Amino acid sequence: MSRLAAVFAKLEKNGRKALVPYIVAGDPSPALTVPLMHELVRQGADILEIGVPFSDPMAEGPVIQLAHERALANKVTLTMVLELVTEFRKSDQDTPLVLMGYANPIERMGYQVFADRAASAGVDGLLTVDMPPEEAEQPTRILRAAGIDNIFLLAPTSSEDRIKKIVSLASGYLYCVSLNGVTGAGNLDIKAVSEKLASIKRFTDLPITVGFGIKDGVSAAALAPLCEGVVVGSALIERLVATDADKTVEQRAALAAALIAEIRSAIDA
Amino acid sequence: MSSKVAKADFSQFPDASGHFGIYGGRFVSETLVFALDELEAAYQRLRKDPDFQAEFDHDLAHYVGRPSPLYHAKRWSTEVGGAQIYLKREDLNHTGAHKVNNTVGQALLAKYMGKKHVIAETGAGQHGVASATVAARLGMSCKVFMGEDDIHRQALNVYRMKLLGAEVISVKSGSKTLKDAMNEAMRYWVTNVEDTFYIIGTAAGPHPYPMLVRDFQSVIGREAREQCLTQNGRLPDALVACVGGGSNAIGLFHPFLDDEDVAMYGVEAGGDGVDTGRHAAPLNDGIPGILHGNRTYLMQDEGGQIIETHSVSAGLDYPGVGPEHSWLKDLGRVNYVAINDDEALAAFRKLTLVEGIMPALESAHAVAYAEKLAKTMSPEQSIVVNLSGRGDKDIHTVATIDGIGIE
Repeated sequence: MSRLAAVFAKLEKNGRKALVPYIVAGDPSPALTVPLMHELVRQGADILEIGVPFSDPMAEGPVIQLAHERALANKVTLTMVLELVTEFRKSDQDTPLVLMGYANPIERMGYQVFADRAASAGVDGLLTVDMPPEEAEQPTRILRAAGIDNIFLLAPTSSEDRIKKIVSLASGYLYCVSLNGVTGAGNLDIKAVSEKLASIKRFTDLPITVGFGIKDGVSAAALAPLCEGVVVGSALIERLVATDADKTVEQRAALAAALIAEIRSAIDA
Repeated sequence: MSSKVAKADFSQFPDASGHFGIYGGRFVSETLVFALDELEAAYQRLRKDPDFQAEFDHDLAHYVGRPSPLYHAKRWSTEVGGAQIYLKREDLNHTGAHKVNNTVGQALLAKYMGKKHVIAETGAGQHGVASATVAARLGMSCKVFMGEDDIHRQALNVYRMKLLGAEVISVKSGSKTLKDAMNEAMRYWVTNVEDTFYIIGTAAGPHPYPMLVRDFQSVIGREAREQCLTQNGRLPDALVACVGGGSNAIGLFHPFLDDEDVAMYGVEAGGDGVDTGRHAAPLNDGIPGILHGNRTYLMQDEGGQIIETHSVSAGLDYPGVGPEHSWLKDLGRVNYVAINDDEALAAFRKLTLVEGIMPALESAHAVAYAEKLAKTMSPEQSIVVNLSGRGDKDIHTVATIDGIGIE
């Protein structure tokens, strides 16, 4: 069983929901990334989504855009992201890792090379924001052969036909975008999300995580009963950059990850 | 025989999924797919709607001022001493460039789709001005996304847009230029898909944009083809147009693609020189990849990050290019060449002095290449150059290069 399947099976058995933090690799510094990943797990994260920096992150709001810019200023490449994953795996064999990014850096490396290197580094899933199902058949085949789940976005505006098309390619879990907007937006509508999730669940048994617009324990707790997991990105990154750069890497990681502990207890309550 | 195959082919692209060979497509977040589906469905319906086409043709004739002349630059041709050079005078359009052909078409689409608000991205400001112009005419609100650096460089066009009632939104992310303005416009669109129409300014972006921008701009080539036949009784031997995103070039080229004896030259911005790396010539020195919703040749580094471009001409300063150009390059149907900043500036001065026509710095790239090409041809042959815009907007840039301060 894959790490992702194992985590979702265990959560379901215990009646809990997945807490999925998102950070950008190398932001605010490459030295902070692996300690932060471990700290997020310690404070209650079940799965980690690791952003692969890109020069043109078209679907991101301002907070995550700046995270990509800082990572690129630190000269973080896809190769380096895989090295950080390798380092993380030395002391954590269980927490699933999902890389989230844009198609061009992966295309430039080549899907086969990426899949082989990512699998040996210990990556469990890939979410390519700008890779629609129409273009994804071959990449999905290559990723799956390497044991990597291809994870897709679903939007509030996805039609039934598209939902069917996407679930036919997806594995691991589905990432349902909670609103019409970019990451970190503030216009979350719980009722609309609930209706959307019900319509998606008619076509698939895959776990569904919800993201975009989850800021704190309150918003996470409102969404968690509707789905199998919640993703927290912008709010965590805001917390991270607000930490004092003079503090040690461990202190900064602990301060930022405290948000994850807060959300953990809110969704478990 | 082979020409018949070619004829069938060119008219059938993009294919049903928006591809030109391996290029094009729709590489966007799922959140944008609904809006693109809606746009595509509306356009497929309206392109066959006689009322829509009649209104578009009417607006092109009476608002834009079409057809634009095909002008025989006799003095310049004689001085060059080779082929006869004709200028397709898109600079004489309302707002001073070919951009308005497309904004009139897209704004009309917005109107038929019942959208009340339009947004646009702009680099030098020409597309922003053309969008603000049509929005003013149709009583729609208009937001123009523009990189912070470009806002400082193009203060005159920023003010023009404001006079036209548009709101100019400063984009501070990334390199603060055209590509970032496009990212930001896409982000705004995702959040406001219900009531907002995004007017993309060039033949790039996700399907159906490369197709519909090409279709709206193809009036240039259709007119030029007919004007050549009327004036000379035959087709030209070569077409020359500058290529940034490539909308004026595809507009000129497309109606001639089946005419095998018409050679075509797309002229990219060579900046300091293609071999210096400081340029905006992805078809000459780029690698295919994915940006702004389509697969196409891109300026990118080894890690797949988009790199900064350099050109004296803001309108060509873009790291990608329309996907149909990438396809035409690989097919060998169009030759893509580059002209450096200094050559374009020399052509700007030359055409101004010899013909009394001041070209936009973008168009000056095509002018410069046409002169090189004409020298290799005979006086019985002819070249059509797309004079895609007028140079008034660039006087400040040229004066600065000359060391003259103009306020």
